[in-house]
Amino acid sequence: MPTNLVKRALAALAVVGLSVLGTSPAMAAWTLNLREGVTELSREIYGLHMLILWVCVVIAVAVFSVMIYSIATFRKSKGAVPADFDHNTKAEVIWTVIPVMILVGMAIPAAKTLVKIEDTRNSDLTIKVTGYQWKWQYEYVDEGVSYFSTLASTSNEARQLDSGADVHAVDNYLLEVDNPLVVPVGKKVRVLVTAADVIHNWWVPDFGLKKDAIPGYINELWFKAEKVGTYRGQCAELCGRDHGFMPVVVNVVEQAAYDAWLAEQKAARQAAVAPAAQTASQPAAGTAPNAYETTTVLVANAE
Amino acid sequence: MSATQTQGHVAAHDHHDDHGPAKGIMRWLTTTNHKDIGTMYLVFSLIMFLTGGAMALVIRAELFMPGMQLVDPQFFNTMTTVHALIMVFGAVMPATVGLGNWMIPLQIGAPDMALPRMNNFSFWLLVAAFSLLILSLFMPGGGPAAGWTLYPPLVLQTGDAFPLAIFAIHLAGASSIMGAINIIVTIMNLRAPGMTLLKMPLFVWTWLITAYLLIAVMPVFAGAVTMLLTDHFFHTTFFSAAGGGDPVLYQHIFWFFGHPEVYIMILPAFGIVSEIIPTFSRKKLFGYDAMVYATASIAFLSFIVWAHHMFTVGMPLAGEMFFMLSTMLIAVPTGVKVFNWTATMWKGSLTFEPPMLFALAFLFLFTIGGFSGLMMAIAPVDFQYHDTYFIVAHFHYVLVPGAVFAIMAAVYYWMPKWTGHMYDMKLANIHFWMSAIFVNVLFFPQHFLGLAGMPRRIPDYSTQFADWNMVSSIGAFGFGLSQLLFVYIIWKCAKGGARATDHVWEGAYNHGLEWTVPSPAPYHTFDEAPVVK
Repeated sequence: MPTNLVKRALAALAVVGLSVLGTSPAMAAWTLNLREGVTELSREIYGLHMLILWVCVVIAVAVFSVMIYSIATFRKSKGAVPADFDHNTKAEVIWTVIPVMILVGMAIPAAKTLVKIEDTRNSDLTIKVTGYQWKWQYEYVDEGVSYFSTLASTSNEARQLDSGADVHAVDNYLLEVDNPLVVPVGKKVRVLVTAADVIHNWWVPDFGLKKDAIPGYINELWFKAEKVGTYRGQCAELCGRDHGFMPVVVNVVEQAAYDAWLAEQKAARQAAVAPAAQTASQPAAGTAPNAYETTTVLVANAE
Repeated sequence: MSATQTQGHVAAHDHHDDHGPAKGIMRWLTTTNHKDIGTMYLVFSLIMFLTGGAMALVIRAELFMPGMQLVDPQFFNTMTTVHALIMVFGAVMPATVGLGNWMIPLQIGAPDMALPRMNNFSFWLLVAAFSLLILSLFMPGGGPAAGWTLYPPLVLQTGDAFPLAIFAIHLAGASSIMGAINIIVTIMNLRAPGMTLLKMPLFVWTWLITAYLLIAVMPVFAGAVTMLLTDHFFHTTFFSAAGGGDPVLYQHIFWFFGHPEVYIMILPAFGIVSEIIPTFSRKKLFGYDAMVYATASIAFLSFIVWAHHMFTVGMPLAGEMFFMLSTMLIAVPTGVKVFNWTATMWKGSLTFEPPMLFALAFLFLFTIGGFSGLMMAIAPVDFQYHDTYFIVAHFHYVLVPGAVFAIMAAVYYWMPKWTGHMYDMKLANIHFWMSAIFVNVLFFPQHFLGLAGMPRRIPDYSTQFADWNMVSSIGAFGFGLSQLLFVYIIWKCAKGGARATDHVWEGAYNHGLEWTVPSPAPYHTFDEAPVVK
């Protein structure tokens, strides 16, 4: 009886599996795998991921085959008579030693990549990212440019309970911000990550890395984006009610465009500071992303 | 396994004079009988399993489609937090304690647990603990919503629920420590003559090691949450950088508890599967000694791998390297276990009663969870996996078709011994197939979601994640409804059914002391110790 059930279950699974695979090119949303990303690190990480995945698949096929063979062959209903052995030293040594060798083989490339990831030296520019409940602050450390980045209002309206909005009609639902981070292509960007209230986590999947933003700590990560484009990620550490609503958006642009953007930010900042000096603390809303006052985050440097 | 054969005499008959159970509710309030207490633990765990499961269904219902349809994000966070606390401390752990209570004395030929009054106390403490936790849901500011890991500073923003949740954890921890002491003392002192340590059934072995883990780490967790309490109410700054403290310190302490905690949930499951597979293969367990040593190795390693839960906190390179390598090592003893179970079936004579079906599903699906665990041991890749649905898929694979399936296997294996009745095999088969299929529909797509970039613990998601979330939610409701069948099967079996023989299963004959006593097991067993050769 169970055999029939097994066969039927397998058939059903196969149908589901095939239909999923069959439709996947047409429907990009049925994503199955990690993305390669656009940095050297993200590609190396992707390579490691695929390597360990295939190692697991090969071991799984071997082990599951033996299990399935045993289940199919050594059945009492087929008249199987139990053998009397209960150990086999040679087999036990083999299946202890082989996994150790596989693990050593895995550890070497993993360690190499890890060393590369942690090497934040010789960066071209440094950006400080501060997590707040529930937004990001970006600070171009050597440029005096700083602004907040929050969920785009279109997404924010649509995500309210019973908003009635069709979220499929919202562009980049929950993955759009008012003021994205802007960085130049092909430059090593060092990101200092910290937080002002609770722990957050700054993550752009296409750059391969995430890092906790912890009040009192300044963590580091780096990326060198190789392709111009817009890259989207999210806060990856539970940070309270609106944890799901503080996306990370990074615009990677040509150096010239970056320079122009930076100059514009500085100019807008000058313009904002002048009237602000007259009308005390009133922020000049609506002028530019950086119209916010730069907030100095009080963090004890625990590094 | 070195078989435990009794020397002829069957030990158990009802006491001739007194000592029957008290009548009515007082029986359950005052009982010191390991079987009664075991039953109460198991019933409690089932209630908690359904409660935590209902919370999971709230989560999956909200995640059925993108957009917020049902609950406030804060309540969503409460659901993820309390679902986890209930399932870990209220469902899985009490279930294994209940099984231990029932079966350890029967398996080692002891008349009862060594410390019966403490046994009663530790059960009722647990009821108090979860009453507090559930009450905390109704406090101003809502229930705890900072995740079951209770990371500061976020957890310090909890409203009036905070002290209730902390005290609930304290009580549950005290209950666990008492339970663990009881199990160790029982195993060390009350084994039948002739039952040397290396003749003990593997379920007893895995519980012995689990009990040591509990004693080692539960006080650590109690310390951590006490520091949270003083940070919140008495202006200490253990975990606040502004006062010279360190939020990451909490995570180190928590996971020093948390990783062994994972094995506290899975080691008894290993023991259960090591009992069931030999019975239904009609063959001795392959590599008994290796199984014991592998369990001990896993327990030891569990103390030196904790920071793999926190690869992204910004550890120094050397730390990341150490925790990556030590974590990868766990694959070796775990692999040994999987290979030994497979070798036990090799050239056996297999039948597929419900306990065996659940044990086999455990074997396949726990192994899948093991593979994803190995993948996330690789620190650089974990920078991508960390805090995504890939992690959610991983730990649900090891805990649901892992620990929970093993517990269900144990219930189907020993229930005839408890009730004296066979249960409805046909319904149990249906329960198995529904559970086994839906659990995969529920959790397998979550691997894809995680790899595609969906963070965990979010109440709403970008539309690219919509399709797999819908599949997962359908699986969740299918799995949840299947468990109502489980409740019905247990209820029906408790009420009646075909009489079970003493050894219940053909393959259980001569397979352990618990099969030498009548079914149902009398209120008092092994008044005279059996002799094990």
